[in-house]
Amino acid sequence: MNPTLADFGHDNGWIVALKVVGVFVFLVVMTLFTIWYERKVVARMQVRPGPNRHGPFGLLQSLADGLKLAFKEDIMPLKADRVVFFLAPVISTVCAFTAFAIIPFGPFVSIFGQKTPLQLTDIPVAVLLVLACSGLGIYGIVLSGWASGSTYPLLGGLRSSAQMISYEVAMGLSIVAVFMMAGTMSTSEIVNAQAKGGQGELFGFEFTYPGWYVLLLLPSFVIYAISAVGETNRAPFDLPEAESELVGGFHTEYSSLKFALFFLAEYINMVTVSALATTLFLGGWRAPWPITQLGPWVNQGWWPLLWFTIKLLILLFVFVWLRGTLPRLRYDQFMRFGWKVLIPASLIWILALAGFKTMNNENLPGWQRGLWIGGFAVILLAILLWPRKRPAPKLPLEEEVAQRPEGSFPLPPIDLQVPVSPRAKRITADREPVQ
Amino acid sequence: MTAEVTVATGTGGLGTDMVLNIGPQHPSTHGVLRLRLKLDGERVISAEPIIGYMHRGAEKLFEVRDYRQILVLTNRHDWLSAFSNELGAALAVERLMGIEVPERAVWLRTALAELNRVLNHLMFLGSYPLEIGAITPVFYAFRERETLQAVMEEISGGRMHYMFNRVGGLKEEAPAGWTSRARDAIGLVEKRLPDLDRLIRRNDIFMARTVGVGVLTAAQAAAYGASGPVARASGLDFDLRRDEPYLAYGSLKVPVVVRTAGDCHSRFEVLLDQVYVSLELARQCLDRVDQIKGPVNVRLPKVVKAPEGHTYAWTENPLGINGYYLVSRGEKTPWRLKLRTASFANVQALSTLLPGCLVPDLIAILGSMFFVVGDVDK
Repeated sequence: MNPTLADFGHDNGWIVALKVVGVFVFLVVMTLFTIWYERKVVARMQVRPGPNRHGPFGLLQSLADGLKLAFKEDIMPLKADRVVFFLAPVISTVCAFTAFAIIPFGPFVSIFGQKTPLQLTDIPVAVLLVLACSGLGIYGIVLSGWASGSTYPLLGGLRSSAQMISYEVAMGLSIVAVFMMAGTMSTSEIVNAQAKGGQGELFGFEFTYPGWYVLLLLPSFVIYAISAVGETNRAPFDLPEAESELVGGFHTEYSSLKFALFFLAEYINMVTVSALATTLFLGGWRAPWPITQLGPWVNQGWWPLLWFTIKLLILLFVFVWLRGTLPRLRYDQFMRFGWKVLIPASLIWILALAGFKTMNNENLPGWQRGLWIGGFAVILLAILLWPRKRPAPKLPLEEEVAQRPEGSFPLPPIDLQVPVSPRAKRITADREPVQ
Repeated sequence: MTAEVTVATGTGGLGTDMVLNIGPQHPSTHGVLRLRLKLDGERVISAEPIIGYMHRGAEKLFEVRDYRQILVLTNRHDWLSAFSNELGAALAVERLMGIEVPERAVWLRTALAELNRVLNHLMFLGSYPLEIGAITPVFYAFRERETLQAVMEEISGGRMHYMFNRVGGLKEEAPAGWTSRARDAIGLVEKRLPDLDRLIRRNDIFMARTVGVGVLTAAQAAAYGASGPVARASGLDFDLRRDEPYLAYGSLKVPVVVRTAGDCHSRFEVLLDQVYVSLELARQCLDRVDQIKGPVNVRLPKVVKAPEGHTYAWTENPLGINGYYLVSRGEKTPWRLKLRTASFANVQALSTLLPGCLVPDLIAILGSMFFVVGDVDK
């Protein structure tokens, strides 16, 4: 008995309230934990101990940091747009929290005698809600950059909006494959769809394929993982807050609790995309294979919460690992990667998958199937291996110079006026002469 | 507060260009260098380096200090190459006074100068990837720095401003067994350096950010008086240790690391490969030190006076050529001690490299010019 879409919307008011508080607490605790986790893991990678002063293993470090942030002076820049400056972090945080509402933590549990699924709610377009929330959340970053009235945040905000538009597309396309396989956009149904493998037939061989979409739809998972890193502004795609270039990026002018809200939103987003990856590709709250052999109890009651959290932490580890290893991409390289690699790759992959599914539905004979697949592969290879246009041979310097129009470099016109350096002009015009 | 807005002329098309100040307080300037940029989107239209925030009047201060006191000041303009700096000043004074430095001191000085070069290079090998966004290499670089700094601290008592040179030699004899401990440290660093090397040198993203970015041609490098790793990465094959040997370099075979591409990546590679070379040179020097007996300094008169005259002592500092032009009128203090610093010449090349690049490239180029702001502003 697993929850389906029909099981939602029947909860009591107090159960809903309890679940809301539960999700909120889970996210805040996860944020505090993830900050500690990240600092500890990165420290290990960098041959140093990491935080170890506050609480056991330094676990209370991020709590202490959060408290300290709350007592900091709240600075409002002179040139800031006050209303938007205040609203921006609120938008980011609210969107980050909302997205988590549809993440399934587990199957039915009993809360004070009430049988209810371990998920706040589910809707027919649940996954789109996450995309919508992350899309709206970027408004927080863009607006904060604009409202700060300062150059570094503005550049950070600009980068963020471009990054967002590009990677939202790639992310959406990578999820399409999951919709096609599961036949639904509701998260609880997608988890159910991954419960057991299916039967397939290729070239006359029958085989059982595994349930998790990470194995079945590996290209989609890879594209999702890459665009998730881009979507959450994490290294190596942390361009909006590249500290060596833009100081703090969009949050340069923020301090105190407003800054804390951005920080919270960033980590919640990280948790959300990891939770979504768990739900869409890693079988959701279901226990992985060797554990399922222990008995049916592993997938019942509160146990799935544990498997879910473990999967989440493994994905978060990858985020930290990337940050510890890789340098930051340049803005244009990052855009090129998104538009010229990720998006075409997802489109081709979706096309191939759709073709394969159609073939299965039509029940074509084996030889015809082979023909279709072979034809597709040939076209793909032809596109990939198509010879490139050769660059025109480089002319020797003398010929290049001779081809230039009259009067161009290195033969400047005779009446060339060399402009005065702007700096020199300012010195003569603006300064009082020394008496 | 007045807004400074410059109307675009011919480059940006519509609208106005953004004026952005990088620095004087900015994470990527290693101190207080200020760049006034005009941006069109993220493209740099013009870049104007504004220096002098850290001017401490070193040259003027030299003129009111005893020759022995000057070493303290020379120590500080490039705080990452303290030993090499004080060495240059000591060489100038010794030459003018005609002091013959004992052989043991010469070899010890060479060994320490090479170790100082490694320390300096490791600093930049850590900080440069940090500016590109890789946060881990700096810790590996500092692990090695720590190992070598322990050795330097043992002999000189200082971790940064060693003050171990004296006019006529070194401050004192090395502690018993120091050379073998130094050799162990060198061996350890050589063994662990590949960690750093493999982590960053061939990293795809690092290559994408640095290869072909900020290309300085050999002719440009020569025109701006660039020297050291920056010039050698552009193919300017010039190294005073080989071309005009001082100290014991004449009797050592100094391999000079040269690249021809002149981009950020080749500058980084020159630095990385020089570390291996310097470690090997330091080891050779230490071996010689063990074979030589004798004092490490000479007895100076109570009042040190350089005879009337002038001399120019230049050394191959970690960041490039560092020169002291000493003019004496026979007094206790120099009449003039002109300082030629490597960083000052190297950052001049920024004005050709920066316009036309993107803001992230600007950071990559700025970091790869390997300068110390104290060395620029003196």
